[in-house]
Amino acid sequence: MRNRHLVARIYLTFILILLYVPIFYLIYFSFSSGKNMNKFEHFTLAHYQTLFQDNRLLAIFLETILLALLSSLIATIIGTFGAIAIAAMKKESNKKTTLALNNVLMVSPDVIIGASFLIFFTALGIGLNFGSVLLSHIAFSIPIVVLMVLPRINEMDMSLIDAARDLGANSWQVFSDVLIPVIMPGIFSGLFMALTYSLDDFAVTFFVTGNGFSTLSVEIYSRARQGIDLEINALSTVMFLFVLLLVGIYYFITTKKGRKKNHRVMGGWVK
Amino acid sequence: MKNKKMFFMIPYLLWIILFVILPILLILWYSFTDSSNTFTLKNYVEFFRNGTFLKMMLNSFWYAFLITFLTLIISYPAAYFLTKMKNQQLWLLLIILPTWINLLLKAYAFIGILGNDGLVNKFLRLFGIGPVNILFTDFAFIFVATYIEIPFMILPIFNAIKEINPAVIQASEDLGASKWQTFRYVLWPLSRPGVESGVQAIFIPSLSLFMLTRLIGGNRVITLGTAIEEYFMTTMNWNMGATIGVVLIVLMVIVMLITSRKARRKKVDL
Repeated sequence: MRNRHLVARIYLTFILILLYVPIFYLIYFSFSSGKNMNKFEHFTLAHYQTLFQDNRLLAIFLETILLALLSSLIATIIGTFGAIAIAAMKKESNKKTTLALNNVLMVSPDVIIGASFLIFFTALGIGLNFGSVLLSHIAFSIPIVVLMVLPRINEMDMSLIDAARDLGANSWQVFSDVLIPVIMPGIFSGLFMALTYSLDDFAVTFFVTGNGFSTLSVEIYSRARQGIDLEINALSTVMFLFVLLLVGIYYFITTKKGRKKNHRVMGGWVK
Repeated sequence: MKNKKMFFMIPYLLWIILFVILPILLILWYSFTDSSNTFTLKNYVEFFRNGTFLKMMLNSFWYAFLITFLTLIISYPAAYFLTKMKNQQLWLLLIILPTWINLLLKAYAFIGILGNDGLVNKFLRLFGIGPVNILFTDFAFIFVATYIEIPFMILPIFNAIKEINPAVIQASEDLGASKWQTFRYVLWPLSRPGVESGVQAIFIPSLSLFMLTRLIGGNRVITLGTAIEEYFMTTMNWNMGATIGVVLIVLMVIVMLITSRKARRKKVDL
């Protein structure tokens, strides 16, 4: 048994090393005074200096985060109502059709989504800028929110709603005090996924962004195509730290919440 | 009540109409027209007459298959071992964390790692193997794509294995099944849903990794995804690009129909 654990640990460590080597490789060379990622010359912070003086890149960084927050928030709201609507459908065939349509964007390759949205925006005469990118990000985040929230609603004990009604709750109270708290974990993971989708997207943005607006992914792509630029390495260090911070916050919130929830459950049991 | 419900549904329905149905119709429309908006089948004729498109189509699916297969082989044991670990949450977090680093940054790192004087070649030189040209090959493309997809395969499989009642595995061992038998007849079938969602999460995105073919694969047009990008962004021949897109959609629908029918048949067998 212990032997098996050892194998497990070695294999997982190997996977982790594999996953992290590229990231630390980038960070390592961000401190090199050389011009490429082959040989570490000597330690310097010069690339960080250029990075923090690069107003264009910093603006793009902030805009990317703003875009992610806005799009995931809006997508979560629309998607949650969509999931509630799907769950409330009486006819099985309607439900199936809506879900199938919902999943179209989930299963389409990014290039197809990007290309068809590009056609869509041009056909409607919508300019390619922050607006078109925001609309696209909302659009491709909605289905994942629906998929995260819907199981929660289906799993929900419907007698809770009946009980609330019997106890005199009106529709709004049923909605805000019963339904939403029960499906909250689903909403949260939907929001989280939408955020990740938006931050991670390159292909769709690449198609629907015009000259005026660029996200980090698109910017890195156009710079990386011109060759190695250690300023990008410095940027990746900053982004790695930023991600660590975000994950730390997320971890803190979820563990705290988990504890609280356990408490409530325990209380319920005691009663 | 009913009206209120309808009101809440409006944004979602609008989304379905505007961003799901309309784009499909538009891409279909473009594929059947030429640049002067007249109906034509010319694009499709060119696609199926021109050998390069057909070859590219096979290439795309072959690469996507390879990437998915390699990812599965690497990820399944990792997901299984993960369920045995003590600090699961921490391990899981460590595996998810790299997915939060921008994909382009990771691809960019590999330009350095796989280069002629990069990490891999330095390592090979220790064994006296001269600089191997890795960057800008198909191998580099598959390697980097696999690297990027690994966490997305581990997660669903991990969740599926975790849901398996450990008593089932114990029962199988108690009843004298070998490790292989336990895997083949208990673990694998029960973790199938996870594997399936992992495969779905990887196969289709692998078709659109045009940025990897551009950065790592040596700027050649080798997959349908790259071809679409080329026609939309460089050549500006949207009609041909839309045609390739429609063919890709049709192929995917066929693949999905085949896999879902197989799944249904399996269910009947049981």
